[in-house]
Amino acid sequence: MPRPSPLGLLLVAPALALVAALFLYPLGFSLVAAFTAEGQPTLRHFEKAFELYATDIRFTIFIVLFSTVLIALISIAIAGVLTLSETPWLIATLRWLYRWPLFIPFIVAAQCMRTFLAKNGLMNNTLVAAGVLEPLQAQSFLDWRGIVITFVWKQVPFVTLMLAGAMASLDRATIEAGRNLGASRLRVLVELVLPQVSQTLLVGLVLSFVTMLSVLSVPMMVAGSQPTMLTVDMAFRINAYGDYATANALGVISYAMTAVVAWIYLRHQVRREAEA
Amino acid sequence: MIRTLPATLVKALALALFAFLLFGPLANLVLWSVAERWYAPFKLPVTYGLRYWEVVFRPTGDAMSSLATSVAIAGLTVLVALLVSVPAGYALARLKLPARTLIMIMFLLPQAFPSVAIYINVARIFYQFGLAGTVTGVVLVHAAHGLVYSVWIAAAAFAAVDRDLELAARNMGASPLRTFATITLPLAAPGIMASAIFVFLESLDEFTGTFFVGVPQVTTLPLLLYSASMGGNYQIASITALILLVPSVLFMMVIERFLRADVLSKVGQ
Repeated sequence: MPRPSPLGLLLVAPALALVAALFLYPLGFSLVAAFTAEGQPTLRHFEKAFELYATDIRFTIFIVLFSTVLIALISIAIAGVLTLSETPWLIATLRWLYRWPLFIPFIVAAQCMRTFLAKNGLMNNTLVAAGVLEPLQAQSFLDWRGIVITFVWKQVPFVTLMLAGAMASLDRATIEAGRNLGASRLRVLVELVLPQVSQTLLVGLVLSFVTMLSVLSVPMMVAGSQPTMLTVDMAFRINAYGDYATANALGVISYAMTAVVAWIYLRHQVRREAEA
Repeated sequence: MIRTLPATLVKALALALFAFLLFGPLANLVLWSVAERWYAPFKLPVTYGLRYWEVVFRPTGDAMSSLATSVAIAGLTVLVALLVSVPAGYALARLKLPARTLIMIMFLLPQAFPSVAIYINVARIFYQFGLAGTVTGVVLVHAAHGLVYSVWIAAAAFAAVDRDLELAARNMGASPLRTFATITLPLAAPGIMASAIFVFLESLDEFTGTFFVGVPQVTTLPLLLYSASMGGNYQIASITALILLVPSVLFMMVIERFLRADVLSKVGQ
């Protein structure tokens, strides 16, 4: 390694300047707007935010946590089948299928679900045509369930891709040994495979969690107005009232949610390094 | 054979259900794009036709101007992102930098924070500088958002270039700049190309930043999709969505050709 190079810093500087101007500076702006009024430090914007949006704060936490749990379960199931199944055609078909939503933009996914999950959408129509559902039982899923379904539909391929990759690089010998000793495939998955890929799973879930917390289009397009997610409330405070103080207080609350997840991730990381 | 048949049937049924949940929403989108009339209680469109496709692709229509705006913004975003991230990627891969990990994390931050809270403040700052509602403003926001891809992948692409080839060129008398231009850059080009595609798509699909910074003057395809959908015009919204889908699906199919495993394994390091 050569000594620290001034040239290196010079080459990185323009990119860093872009991040500073378009991320750090606005971040500082949002903190100042959330914690001050007329130049004085205050918490009253938070009082107002909790007063008006306590339901939506709980709603947001519930949606994002519930989606994360579903994403974890479904991704583990798909990656598990891809790794442990002994039916070649099943693996090949599933591998081809599951990736499709990966690069589909959230706004396109939202538009798909807005029609698919409606009372008279293709999902209910297919269920009625298949005789599973009576026409009168058909109901719209365009509420919190729609948001969760859209998030899961969009994020499962991403987490599965990471997870299946990690599982594929594991040592097959331990898996074969477990199978030979008579352990069921479910047991091999839970007791042998999962502990070895928990790091990858956690990274995928943390990234999904933050992504879902940031998406504006899905809650706006898939669900009605009340209750809704914090992203929609922030947009509403700005567009309807120009109320930057409350919007930024809500923003800080969403940073706090991200911080909790980041803390869980870092704690896990530290514990792993201590064990290693 | 008779004993394994039910298991096979169960697997096939599970796959069929999975495929329905994956493709059902997309099928609904396609149906709406060719439905001229579709209302309850009809399970399928009442009349089919390409009338709305003609409306969307009319050269003077909103959709074509939004498409042109979107592609122009995405192109400019790639240009800005590459201009800053090729040098940064090279420095991160080859030169000794203080606090290198911290610098790498800096590029991740714009993606790792809840973005709505950042964009409302970017819009406010841009307003002071006259950048709100301009293409320049939108390009800057998209470029900052895409930096994690362009910088990280460029750094990985440069790190994957064999150092011995550069040393050989230097030994034969090539200047550092010439070595970079004739050896390092061409060898890293596929990875940089991949990062450019990432940034292009990210910009093409971006909604939230444009929603706050671009309105009302800059209308990209995602914003057109949004307003058509909220206005109940599902045909226009679905066709716009399909236009946005094409590059995404194409990219999913070719990504592995551009991002070789040796580059991919170095991303984020």
